[in-house]
Amino acid sequence: MALDDTKKIKNFKVVGTRPNRPDGIDKVTGRARFGADIVAPGMLTGRILRSPHAHARIVKIDTSKAEALPGVKAVVTRADFGDVPEHVADVMDNCLAGAKALYDGHAVAAIAANSVAVARKALKLIEVEYEVLPHVTDVDEAMKPGAPVLHEGRQQETVPEGLSGNVIARSEFGHGDIEAGLKQADRVVERTYRTGATHQGYIEPHACLATMSADGQGDLWVCTQGHYMVRNVCAAILGMEQGQLRVTASEIGGGFGGKTVVFLEPVALMLAKKSGRPVKMVMSRSEVLRATGPTASSSIDVRIGMKTDGRITAAFAELRYQGGAYPGSPVDMGSMSAFAPYDLENVKTVGWDVVSNRPKAAAYRAPGAPMAAFAVESAIDELAKGFGLDPLAVRLMNGAKEGTKASYGPTYPAIGLMATLEAAHTHPHWTAPLGENQGRGVACGFWFNFGGDTCVSLNVTPDGTVTVSEGNPDIGGSRASMTMMAAEELGIPYDQVRTVIADTGSLGQNEVTDGSRVTFAVGLATIEAARAAKREMCKRAAMIWGIDADAVEWEEGAARPAGPNAGKFPPMTLKEIAAIASNTGGPIAGHHEVNAEGAGVSFGTHMVDVEVDPDTGATKILRYTVFQDAGRAVHPAYVEGQFQGGAVQGIGWALNEEYIYGEDGILQNAGFLDYRIPVASDLPMIDTVILEIPNPGHPYGVRGVGETPIVPPLAAVANAVSAAAGVRMTRLPMSPPRVLAAIHEAARG
Amino acid sequence: MSRIHVTTTINGDETEFLCDAEATLLDVLRDELGLTGTKEGCGTGDCGACSVTVDGRLVCSCLMLGAEAEGREIATIEGMAAGEVLHPLQQKFIEMAALQCGICTPGILVAAKSLLERNMDPSEEEVRYWLAGNLCRCTGYDKIIRAVMETAADMRRAS
Repeated sequence: MALDDTKKIKNFKVVGTRPNRPDGIDKVTGRARFGADIVAPGMLTGRILRSPHAHARIVKIDTSKAEALPGVKAVVTRADFGDVPEHVADVMDNCLAGAKALYDGHAVAAIAANSVAVARKALKLIEVEYEVLPHVTDVDEAMKPGAPVLHEGRQQETVPEGLSGNVIARSEFGHGDIEAGLKQADRVVERTYRTGATHQGYIEPHACLATMSADGQGDLWVCTQGHYMVRNVCAAILGMEQGQLRVTASEIGGGFGGKTVVFLEPVALMLAKKSGRPVKMVMSRSEVLRATGPTASSSIDVRIGMKTDGRITAAFAELRYQGGAYPGSPVDMGSMSAFAPYDLENVKTVGWDVVSNRPKAAAYRAPGAPMAAFAVESAIDELAKGFGLDPLAVRLMNGAKEGTKASYGPTYPAIGLMATLEAAHTHPHWTAPLGENQGRGVACGFWFNFGGDTCVSLNVTPDGTVTVSEGNPDIGGSRASMTMMAAEELGIPYDQVRTVIADTGSLGQNEVTDGSRVTFAVGLATIEAARAAKREMCKRAAMIWGIDADAVEWEEGAARPAGPNAGKFPPMTLKEIAAIASNTGGPIAGHHEVNAEGAGVSFGTHMVDVEVDPDTGATKILRYTVFQDAGRAVHPAYVEGQFQGGAVQGIGWALNEEYIYGEDGILQNAGFLDYRIPVASDLPMIDTVILEIPNPGHPYGVRGVGETPIVPPLAAVANAVSAAAGVRMTRLPMSPPRVLAAIHEAARG
Repeated sequence: MSRIHVTTTINGDETEFLCDAEATLLDVLRDELGLTGTKEGCGTGDCGACSVTVDGRLVCSCLMLGAEAEGREIATIEGMAAGEVLHPLQQKFIEMAALQCGICTPGILVAAKSLLERNMDPSEEEVRYWLAGNLCRCTGYDKIIRAVMETAADMRRAS
């Protein structure tokens, strides 16, 4: 849908303001109901038994002792599910292991009992006979011939012979001639970069409450980013018709991509089916870390050539991502995004999707992109500094703009990269003085942004207020944004609209809350639903006035005769039309269903100052500024919040966070004490600069903003640490021992 | 298994409950008393989502046994507003967008209130260190810190 140029930017009344969010009071008083906050009469407690081995054949599971324990109402293993359709086979296997346990923490059996104490005891009575197998958790090791192989027969034809069966797929993107381009360069940087696996780290563990009645109807309450996805996947796994399973999304305590897949839900439904009772399941934090989606760890080779004036002549990257125990690491999105901010004649990426004995990777905010940006933006920084060039000027020289053919194929329409770079270049932060052991880093980042299937239903109540029903869980203020866009379009006050998240029985298919799609796609559908309601209200006014519907227009919350020829009638407000709707044809509503296209790509530039303690290797973030294009900031406070939150997650990835596996393949840090996410005292304020380059694909110009902010910080922080420490850091996280070792190694020469 | 009878005060109301010996105060609040505003993020005292005060002292309710509540005064998020009137921190958190998903918000509000009861004029650094035990994954803390400091300034002006 095209940008609505009849709606001049300065005319917005609601969009661009900062109203209180409609769920605010519930969230500050403890009344909001999250996944684990609900009970049902007769409810049982469900628990999962998990593999203590990184890789093992499951020889036998004996559940008889557990079943005999008083209070145990159901025990479930993979055998209860039988064969499932191929498109959900890996999901099923990840929810409950089949022939093999593929990682430490992999679910192997589940029970439902009438108390937590009985549930705990019953888990210990399930006897699993394992044949322990050799394992591999490192991406480069997993690719080698002779590495322990997780799956036979999954390798795609794109993979050349001679590599381990763990290498699932190879992909290639780009254009031009890399070798010819490198020959034109005055200098070529060639380096290998590595990043650790990080977890989304949402504070709310996964939770759900399932019921199944004897006639095959199911209900599920769940914290998820997409209850329609949960419905579809669970129905496929359980052999149900989708319409028989109603899923209601709870309030969601963070997701960042990690709640775009199912873990507990099919198991809870099966336990409910077998026991005939509602079953509630809640993960512990250690279960979350051991068995839900972290992101991929990566190993990336980069070769970039540059002229002395800063022009990039060729850029190549080979990206190897292990995505855990099943195919589908985000390496393709990493490859496609790696050079997306640049206008390059010669560019190529090769991506390798690799499996290893780790939990299956789930999406994590711009999945695949941050590690690719870390590698590429580090190399560009090194080249720029090697020539004594301003790293922002180098990016301004090579940056993508409208008309640039992106490395991954498309030609860009209006984009905001240059605006973010220019804003960064003229910002006082860029020229602020630095002290001893301090360094400044910059980096750019890109995200595609998604659209997808979306339904919105907007209803006008008899008293003239408006309700909006949408199907995407509100993960950070989207109900406020939808309410604002509906109010804007209808010309009524914000507080006259209430937006609710409908269950799966109330709307058609809605894509998951992912890809930064909601403010764009659901917003677009909300605006269109409001326009449909306005057309209907104009029709009703026309009927009352006895003129053509075409002769009525909607302006400032009321139907009005369109021009002097239409006749002279006083405007009819939404309230007035609603009050007599019953007499003019019945209730008034508008709805819109769409596979939304035109999401509009997003770019950001981050700038950070750090201080590195040369005695300990510890890094302190001193100052941080985010510059990003939001297209149109609907609720600027929540746009800033996305910028700040993404930046800080990236800081954690850069400095602290990492899945640490022992030689035994067991996760060593499955808790918030040892898997350390940034805390308040680690950080300064995170400054933000919102650029608004309207997205031509949205009526108000909105672009998604949620994911791009995690893309630049890994590289920006690494460039700053490298400057402060005087040594190029190529491995994340840059924990104090690693930085110290690098400083010492550099000193030894 | 015999259960323990406990008499305590929660948000000003005398409250009795029975709990298993191993039940944490968090388990009791959420599962026995229906006070689900207090959240469990980790169960190991690392995230602060379960913050409550016990006799005025800020604690992680996942690290204290329910039986230890005997004779104590417990305050949870549910007791923070006076009926319909929000505590200034609650109001400021909404106005300044200091929450995104909201799961850490009850714990952070309880902790911040506890800070302001001790120190009406905290520096940014004092707020950051006081809240260092409360993890938030959404906001990057910026708007939380600002909301706490702004509330403190408002409360100083009002007093």
